[in-house]
Amino acid sequence: MSMENTIKSSDSDVLVQVKNLKMHFPITEGALIPQVVGHVKAVDGVSFDIRRGETLGLVGESGCGKTTTGRCILQLEKATSGNILYDSVNLGQLDRIGMMPLRQRIQVIFQDPFSSLNPRMKIGEIIAEPMHVHNIEADNRAREKRVLELLSVCGLNPKFADRYPHEMSGGQRQRVGIARALAVRPEFIICDEAVSALDVSIQAQVINLLEDLRDEFNLTYLFIAHDLSVVRHLCHRVAVMYLGKMVELADCDELYDNPIHPYTKALLSAVPIPDPTIEKGRKHQMVKGEIPSPINPPSGCVFHPRCISATDGCSKAIPEFREVKPGHWVACTEV
Amino acid sequence: MAKLLEVQNLQTQFFTSAGIVKAVDGITYDVDEGETVAVVGESGCGKSVSALSILRLIPDPPGRVVGGHIKFMDQDLATLSDEEMRKVRGNKIAMVFQEPMTSLNPVLTIGLQITETLQQHLGLSREDADERAFELLEKVGISDARRRLKQYPHHLSGGMRQRVMIALALSCNPKLIIADEPTTALDVTIQAQILELMKNLTRELGVALIVITHNLGVVARYADRVNVMYAGRIIESGTAEDIYHHPRHPYTLALLRSVPRMDLPRQAKLDPVQGQPPDLTKLDDGCAFRPRCNFATDKCKSSGPKLETVSDGHATACWHHDKLINALETA
Ligand SMILES: Nc1ncnc2c1ncn2[C@@H]1O[C@H](COP(=O)(O)OP(=O)(O)OP(=O)(O)O)[C@@H](O)[C@H]1O
Ligand SMILES: Nc1ncnc2c1ncn2[C@@H]1O[C@H](COP(=O)(O)OP(=O)(O)OP(=O)(O)O)[C@@H](O)[C@H]1O
Ligand SMILES: [Mg+2]
Ligand SMILES: [Mg+2]
Repeated sequence: MSMENTIKSSDSDVLVQVKNLKMHFPITEGALIPQVVGHVKAVDGVSFDIRRGETLGLVGESGCGKTTTGRCILQLEKATSGNILYDSVNLGQLDRIGMMPLRQRIQVIFQDPFSSLNPRMKIGEIIAEPMHVHNIEADNRAREKRVLELLSVCGLNPKFADRYPHEMSGGQRQRVGIARALAVRPEFIICDEAVSALDVSIQAQVINLLEDLRDEFNLTYLFIAHDLSVVRHLCHRVAVMYLGKMVELADCDELYDNPIHPYTKALLSAVPIPDPTIEKGRKHQMVKGEIPSPINPPSGCVFHPRCISATDGCSKAIPEFREVKPGHWVACTEV
Repeated sequence: MAKLLEVQNLQTQFFTSAGIVKAVDGITYDVDEGETVAVVGESGCGKSVSALSILRLIPDPPGRVVGGHIKFMDQDLATLSDEEMRKVRGNKIAMVFQEPMTSLNPVLTIGLQITETLQQHLGLSREDADERAFELLEKVGISDARRRLKQYPHHLSGGMRQRVMIALALSCNPKLIIADEPTTALDVTIQAQILELMKNLTRELGVALIVITHNLGVVARYADRVNVMYAGRIIESGTAEDIYHHPRHPYTLALLRSVPRMDLPRQAKLDPVQGQPPDLTKLDDGCAFRPRCNFATDKCKSSGPKLETVSDGHATACWHHDKLINALETA
């Protein structure tokens, strides 16, 4: 059974559909005549949908394929197989010109506010640039006005328009990244670790900003992050990935209150709670071992070598991603 | 318990073109034998500089320790020669940094890096050092240790490299380990493994630990005592229970309130510390937190409060700490 069948055909409230997405990066050897000697299975058959106005969290350990999934949606990677439907349009079938209007509707905010901002451009120019590209706001006057508006929406002093990125703090630079993404009035924003590099107090300021903007402009977010407390605060539904596969997907409260997949349980149990009394009484279930390589992923269920509930069968059969309760999807045969 | 480390009024400054950066501005604290002390506070408040000052590792120029005393195992570190200080760093105090790749030598095998340290500092023979290196890797939970000894740092994952750093730190039986953001670059499950390992080792071997981190959850799980820093000073210190359940400084309170809690009902809105951290070249005599503080009055402008004991082992530097009694409950 594929996920396709189960997405209700009232698709109008679904903005993004990811269907059996695979992204296998070739590994080549040999300088003169490069030969493909293997593949990194960065994303290996992932399906999910994102509803209009919702914030979907995407979590999982380093290298599990979160960023690659985001890049495939943005068409920055050409997927090995599978489809991305945006507002029912199959993005894989569009050429560069056909993709242009969608590049305006879909924006991205990256983790590292420093490397994603051109150091030689003033903040005002950085925010105005996407407006030039997409021909938004006819004249320079209107653009300038909009830059100032965006700065104030993002809680930055309009004076910053004349400054350079290196003159700002990390939190301020992250706000610039957000202002730039908003410049073209997008409806869908991929936030890839957008608050991860920030100090807790600045992080809270930026999270509040993202929430305000969501309400004000009715934005849809794909929120990629590894901090599970932040994801719970911000997201409506949460998807958990492990080694290129989707292992669990549910409404936020359901996932945190009733996790089913052993990996999700282990992840949640590894998050320390900022309360020493609770921590003293808490039993921690440690995941053993390291994350395996996506070049030679384990057979069967990719999590089985580190799983405390694994049985003999887990190393053989690949578990299907199935709906065990309404809206709660899990890829595990032992539950 | 016996005092292992006593830091008295430590002051470290950087002399830059923009002015004098008062990175550490008179901090005082103790670490007992076998104790885990956490240092928290926002980016740039002086956590790393205070640790590097203890080890005499501040780059000079532009930086210099300009005041204070540091006593370690009843010895005044200021009286030691550079050579003697190097011995203390190798043998008695070890350091674990955030990014192990920068502290491991990329062109030497893991084994060689550990055995060299052992031969230099403990005077072990080659064979004994080899055997001890193997034991250390096993102790920090690296499987297949014999093979790992022959590998180079880039062959290992981030989590494994951090384990190697801990093995190196332990190699000379230190009395104190200073860990600066030891797990920030690691995934939650690996982070939990490493912290559990450090906690068990400190317990087992009676090593004291100073852990510097942004992560309030990590502090709650592992620290006995907590020093909260703001703008180069310790503004509150106490047991983990004191700090988390009875904070008596507005900054501590704001810090605790700014993180989303996974164990509590979801909040409508987070409550961040407003504004930006202060410019450390432009500090005046008043309380450095006052521009961002909800409790600030004129008194806070004229003179900065000193650390004052509010209960046994719990101190805060705030004129208005009485107003914070039960502040968490009334939130
Ligand atoms: N262009 C590429 N060529 C080869 N391998 C790649 C490429 N891009 C990503 N990978 C690999 O694909 C896997 C998934 O990477 P990805 O960046 O999507 O992970 P992630 O979940 O975003 O991790 P993180 O939390 O560290 O950001 C990793 O093993 C990565 O090394
Ligand atoms: N070499 C240097 N020259 C000038 N200023 C410096 C230097 N090193 C550190 N500082 C300043 O000293 C202050 C304290 O820095 P420190 O590295 O201790 O901060 P921190 O609390 O460890 O922050 P983080 O959490 O970001 O690691 C900062 O304001 C920093 O800019
Ligand atoms: Mg990523
Ligand atoms: Mg630091």
